[in-house]
Amino acid sequence: MNKVYACIDGQSNTAAVIDWAVWSAQRLDVPLEFLHVLERHPERAAISDYSGAIGLGAQDALLHELSEIDAQRGKLAQEAGRRLLIAARERAAAADLNCVDGRLRHGELVDTVLEMESDARLFVLGEHHRAAGGARLHLDHHVERVIRSVKRPVLIATGAQFLAPQRFVIAFDGSTTARKTVAMVAGSPLLAGLPVLLAMAGAETVLARRQLDEARQSLAAAGFDAATALVPGEPEEVLPALLKSQGAALLVMGAYGHSRIRQLIVGSTTTTLLRVSELPVLILR
Amino acid sequence: MNLESIRRDWLSNVRGDLLAGLVVALALIPEAIAFSIIAGVDPKVGLYASFSIAVILAFTGGRPGMISAATGAMALVMVVLVKEHGLQYLLATTVLTGVLQIVAGLLKLGRLMRFVSRSVITGFVNALAILIFMAQLPELTNVSWVVYAMTAAGLAIIYGFPYITRAVPSPLVTIVVLTGVAMALKLDIRTVGDMGQLPDSLPIFLLPDVPLTLATLQLILPYALTLAVVGLLESMMTASIVDELTDTPSNKSRECVGQGVANIATGFIGGMAGCAMIGQSVINVKSGGRGRLSTFVAGFFLLILVVFLGPWVKQIPMAALVSVMIMVSIGTFSWDSIRKLREHPPSSSLVMIATVAVTVSTHDLAKGVFVGVLLSGLFFAHKVGKVLRIDRSIDAEGGVRTYGVVGQVFFASAETFIGAFDFKEVVPKVHIDVSRAHFWDITAVSALDKVVLKFQREGAEVEVTGLNEASATLVDRFAVHDKPGAVEQLMH
Repeated sequence: MNKVYACIDGQSNTAAVIDWAVWSAQRLDVPLEFLHVLERHPERAAISDYSGAIGLGAQDALLHELSEIDAQRGKLAQEAGRRLLIAARERAAAADLNCVDGRLRHGELVDTVLEMESDARLFVLGEHHRAAGGARLHLDHHVERVIRSVKRPVLIATGAQFLAPQRFVIAFDGSTTARKTVAMVAGSPLLAGLPVLLAMAGAETVLARRQLDEARQSLAAAGFDAATALVPGEPEEVLPALLKSQGAALLVMGAYGHSRIRQLIVGSTTTTLLRVSELPVLILR
Repeated sequence: MNLESIRRDWLSNVRGDLLAGLVVALALIPEAIAFSIIAGVDPKVGLYASFSIAVILAFTGGRPGMISAATGAMALVMVVLVKEHGLQYLLATTVLTGVLQIVAGLLKLGRLMRFVSRSVITGFVNALAILIFMAQLPELTNVSWVVYAMTAAGLAIIYGFPYITRAVPSPLVTIVVLTGVAMALKLDIRTVGDMGQLPDSLPIFLLPDVPLTLATLQLILPYALTLAVVGLLESMMTASIVDELTDTPSNKSRECVGQGVANIATGFIGGMAGCAMIGQSVINVKSGGRGRLSTFVAGFFLLILVVFLGPWVKQIPMAALVSVMIMVSIGTFSWDSIRKLREHPPSSSLVMIATVAVTVSTHDLAKGVFVGVLLSGLFFAHKVGKVLRIDRSIDAEGGVRTYGVVGQVFFASAETFIGAFDFKEVVPKVHIDVSRAHFWDITAVSALDKVVLKFQREGAEVEVTGLNEASATLVDRFAVHDKPGAVEQLMH
């Protein structure tokens, strides 16, 4: 529980991921490690020869050919990965962060992240691909699998640029998960000193007000400048507009309260908010 | 089995799988027909079998991208059964084979494959290639020169056409060209139509028409056992070949159960038992097939092509099929193993040759593998038995003779162990230190007893030390765990 792991992949918003990771590591005062995973895709064929004829030593020849292609690709990927890590460490060093490491691993992102979990305080990930036109229709399945599997906090950096957050918003629904989220925020140095808005979507009821107030009080007791907002409507519909008005902010929410079955059919609020949020998101368990 | 793995297994290589599946389907047709002929049944039995085995294993198999269908290895086992008892008993045997394979899968017998050494696998593959080739000989004996010319032309097209283009499967070109020539010149040679019935409809469910009695079971059980073993052996070997080619893991137990399910279903639609095919799987991987979709497409198209092109399939000359099968035989054979025959240790080469020899002479791959595994076990025991040294020393006064035993004592080295002691020597005291030896079995213990007794009879006083350390390996519960130092302790 003593490191920030930043998963970088060399795509468009790698710089933002690095900067968010540096920011987090500095605030948490823990070492930072960059992680680049070399993913192979053996499920996709690299060659295709439709001649259908097999001659002398066909099997050995095919094995030789296939492994040759893999070897070449592997070398290039390793080289690119190494350069990516060097560049990331230089960028971190330029931001005056010294305790920085880099690590190259083979495998799948989610498996690698799970391997590192016992040692991790926070994972920082980039959103991998954004559909042209800016509308995120579906969440990248890499990101989704990581936030579904890991038990540690995950920060999803959005956008190509890092903007130091001036405030943060907690997506609050009164559930146990949400109350735990508030407690975790209150106890962590990551967001200390930043003003917070507790945003809740739903009807104006005494219960909702009371839950919001309790949460606000526990944050205030931890020294946060906390405000509340109760907006009528479904969270997926009303929260994005509210978030847009917040400027350079960070969205904080709990992960996946519902069962897998329900998520499969109706989708979860967490996933929907992740899809529609323009802001970087911190997901807590 | 979640959505993620289903998506990865089926949809991550759609284009490659579709095209590779087509290439494989075209090569499967001649094979299924040829193997039906080997087994002595109508071509439709093999064709229905290839369809159902491939399609079902696309879902139930444990190795995506592997091709299973009616195979030569299985066909050879059925010959006598079909000749003496007929098709219905073959169908019942096929169902029983499937049941046995499911049991084997549930018992995780696939793990036993680790006892099958590389040399045995090579021998199996080579024997298979030889058997496929030999099965073509009846088509090539006592026939007119036209058949030889056609076969030679077929081989020339198969191996020559890829130099022109690799976009079209050359076995398909061979079949189309040779069929066209035979029809145009009205050549009087044997065609597929002469070999028996072809499928004229989609397969239907039917129960094998055999009496459900103990006598039936007694009759078919030996065949079913052999078929189950041969099928699983070839499937497991093919799976590890595909694993190696694609550098991905497979689920061997799931494959065993999957083979069983496929065979049961195949028996009920009038197909013969089958298993994975080495040659076709290599063709599939080479053509770019990786996922389950490739296996499914291969089986599905096979049936579509045969049912709708039936009248044309009938016209294919046997010479065209023979040339395709010769290609499969050549492609399956491991030529590397012949080249390296001298390089490899003589014992390995001997195991390989013995596997081939037994298989080819008995037409039973299970027997060949059994002999191969037995021989490699014996050779291994012989080799390890040599890891034994007995040091002798005597104290200054000449009163105590010390024997220090270092190494492995078991049935293969017990005789050497006893022979190393000098019973003729007259000493008052003998000290046998076995703390650096391992006693692996009862033979080793009784050898030590024998030595002690012999010295005592000569009047010497015997002291054995280190027996606790030495016999730690004797207990069957003994296991080297990955605890640090466990292996070092064993190697002391």
